[in-house]
Amino acid sequence: MLHIVNKSPYERNALEACLRLARPGSALLLIEDGVYAATRGSTAEAGLREAMARLKVYALRPDLEARGVAARVIDGIELVDYGGFVDLACGQPNCQSWL
Amino acid sequence: MSDSVQPGEESSGVIKKFMFVNRKAPYGTIYALEGLEVVLISAAFDQDVSLAFVDDGVYQLVKGQQTKGIEAKNFSPAYRALEGYDIEKLYVEREALERRGLAEEDLLVDIQVLSSGELAELMASQDVVISF
Repeated sequence: MLHIVNKSPYERNALEACLRLARPGSALLLIEDGVYAATRGSTAEAGLREAMARLKVYALRPDLEARGVAARVIDGIELVDYGGFVDLACGQPNCQSWL
Repeated sequence: MSDSVQPGEESSGVIKKFMFVNRKAPYGTIYALEGLEVVLISAAFDQDVSLAFVDDGVYQLVKGQQTKGIEAKNFSPAYRALEGYDIEKLYVEREALERRGLAEEDLLVDIQVLSSGELAELMASQDVVISF
């Protein structure tokens, strides 16, 4: 399963719900305002780091760059472009967008 | 003699304190850009305008935004131009910055960093508060 989160962790609980319900071994892709969760030094960092032990976490590079936070990404999060987004979606049996 | 309003007379009216409260991240929704448009319009009315950035609104001011990859307009340079419109009262909530791992140096404008309490006081002293 590919989980896609596009909401800021400070504005919505989409990421929180995703991390609670995603099974180990799943992939998580952060896009749009969801990429703020991938940045260092925030209160969301601890929860995400914990999840990285059981999920493979990706973030969409163009969304990080647009928001000026591409240099602040937590180590271990893999950055992908739109082509990588497609590859992730195609490489998983199914996906879920946490709106 | 005419009783009609003479040109320029409107601007001698009462000046009110307007505060625009920005709480949304840029690009993910249209709020930040629309809010900025309204702020620029307000500059034409010679009012006492201030801007507050709280919650995800602080992300509007992060340096180094490069929007080519998402094919959206990078409107962040406009915050630096506000000074030219005599909008110089910019405030950011310290707690909102800290929660996001951000510091004053990460922001693209000169801004006054206030505690929640100080910002609350400033907010309460306004005639009009408009939130985006």
